[in-house]
Amino acid sequence: MVERRPLADTLTHVLLIAGIALVGLPVWLAFVASTLSSEQVLEAPMSLLPGGHLAANYRSVLTEGSTPLRMLLVNSALSALIIATGKIVISVLSAFAVVYFRFPGRAPCFWLIFVTLMLPVEVRILPTFEVVARLGLLDSYAGLTVPLLASATATFLFRQFFLTVPEELAEAARIDGAGPMRFFWSILLPLARTQIAALFVILFIYGWNQYLWPLMVTTREDYYTAVIGIRRLMSGGDAATEWNLVMATVILAMLPPALVVVAMQKWFVRGLVESEK
Amino acid sequence: MEKRAVFRSAWLPYALLAPQLAVTLLFFIWPAAQALFQSVLVEDAFGTRVEFVGIANFRALVADPHYAQSFLTTAVFALGVAALSLAAALALALLAHRVVRGAGVYRTFIIWPYAVAPAVAGVLWLFLFDPSVGTLAFALKKLGIRWNPLLDGSQAMLLVVLAAAWKQVSYNFVFFLAGLQAIPRALLEAAAIDGAGPAARLRRIVLPLLSPTIFFLLVVNMIYAFFDTFGVVDAVTQGGPARATEVLVFKVFQDGFKGQDFGAAAAQSVILMGIVIALTVAQFRYVERKVNY
Repeated sequence: MVERRPLADTLTHVLLIAGIALVGLPVWLAFVASTLSSEQVLEAPMSLLPGGHLAANYRSVLTEGSTPLRMLLVNSALSALIIATGKIVISVLSAFAVVYFRFPGRAPCFWLIFVTLMLPVEVRILPTFEVVARLGLLDSYAGLTVPLLASATATFLFRQFFLTVPEELAEAARIDGAGPMRFFWSILLPLARTQIAALFVILFIYGWNQYLWPLMVTTREDYYTAVIGIRRLMSGGDAATEWNLVMATVILAMLPPALVVVAMQKWFVRGLVESEK
Repeated sequence: MEKRAVFRSAWLPYALLAPQLAVTLLFFIWPAAQALFQSVLVEDAFGTRVEFVGIANFRALVADPHYAQSFLTTAVFALGVAALSLAAALALALLAHRVVRGAGVYRTFIIWPYAVAPAVAGVLWLFLFDPSVGTLAFALKKLGIRWNPLLDGSQAMLLVVLAAAWKQVSYNFVFFLAGLQAIPRALLEAAAIDGAGPAARLRRIVLPLLSPTIFFLLVVNMIYAFFDTFGVVDAVTQGGPARATEVLVFKVFQDGFKGQDFGAAAAQSVILMGIVIALTVAQFRYVERKVNY
């Protein structure tokens, strides 16, 4: 700091801890509720400290019912992985093509891809649904994931990065007799490692957290994702909602993406700041 | 900026572009074209006859008081979310930027809610404020406030704003912190030597230098509040009570998917596309120019 102000420093810590507590409050209470019995949750006010039903509640949501949560978690993980990997693969390839090649039709291709930067899937959700239905992709992993790949944010990021790669690298590779694909595999991809890691975190979370799209394209329970599973648990009306089980599901549904963010924090922060520039 | 050193091949670039182009055409251009096309058509109740009606669908929307209401609701919602999450994130970022010890731990604890799905955020806040079991609802009742978001429209709005803003704080925090770290220390030290206290430095140096970040985040938060919050609204209020929280994205879904009124839904989609394009253009304009004083 510019001045030394011990009192202000202490106050900063106090305020930060208060802020973090406020941000964490909803999740703490959700966790507490997930460790209580359904009667204990209904006592007003609910206890603020965890109870003894943790194991029973989590076992119940993970294993019981027609489609237990562990199946939904597998669906979420699968579709998040397909979305993240698929988007990175198609984006890195097309960015390579528009940056390192001159070919007839390059400009139209470029524009065709980059108009999609603008429109989130929510805006064109109904017509996209009709297209997916017509292709017979409802209730399938392809229907859950492929339409969400149609966005140019990742392509744009890779393009920006490739433009900053020194010209000499490509020239040297060419003089040494390397073809375009050899250059791509041995030089360009290793250079883009950080970007790929950062995008992976962002896209994994994007895929995991999808809500409206899976809600529309899945009718069979065995294709539900974890986030959709929560809604199904709550649809029984206020009186029938078993909050302890809902909250156990909530905790389990947000644990994987939260772990990804915390574990890969450095890349994630850098990727976020760079991808929006 | 263009590369001078390029590769030559008659087919390779097309093969590299093929997957992205296929996905874009199939799931982006085709549906968007269909939305434009459907917005000028009317289908009869049995889906057997389709008629060209020009801008009648749009005219019906303009005349529909519910649609105007939904616009207003969305504006209130978006402004509320942006103001609340930007203010909270800026405060947290200013504090986190001050500390040296434990900075990493604080950062982690503020960043992780980014991972929470909007729908899950909605469920969390619904639980906190549920009139019969919610802990905070109980506290409000103790204070003598009649709290029931299931009946009171403005309380329902407050609840969805809180849930949506809570989730966005971490995102804004990351950008504010990056913006603060980019401010040269020499500038702040020079100001301090000239006698500027912390408050004067914040107002005259830090905030003006942060203005590009603030503007950028404002647009991003608007886009977030307009489009990514379907999950929040659906989980917390489902547009109710009495349409008090029926934001535009929710209404499109409601009219088109539930109500099967495709012409009206398509017209709404087209209007939404227009809004996003306007916001994006604004964003690019200002990012290029780098707002600064």
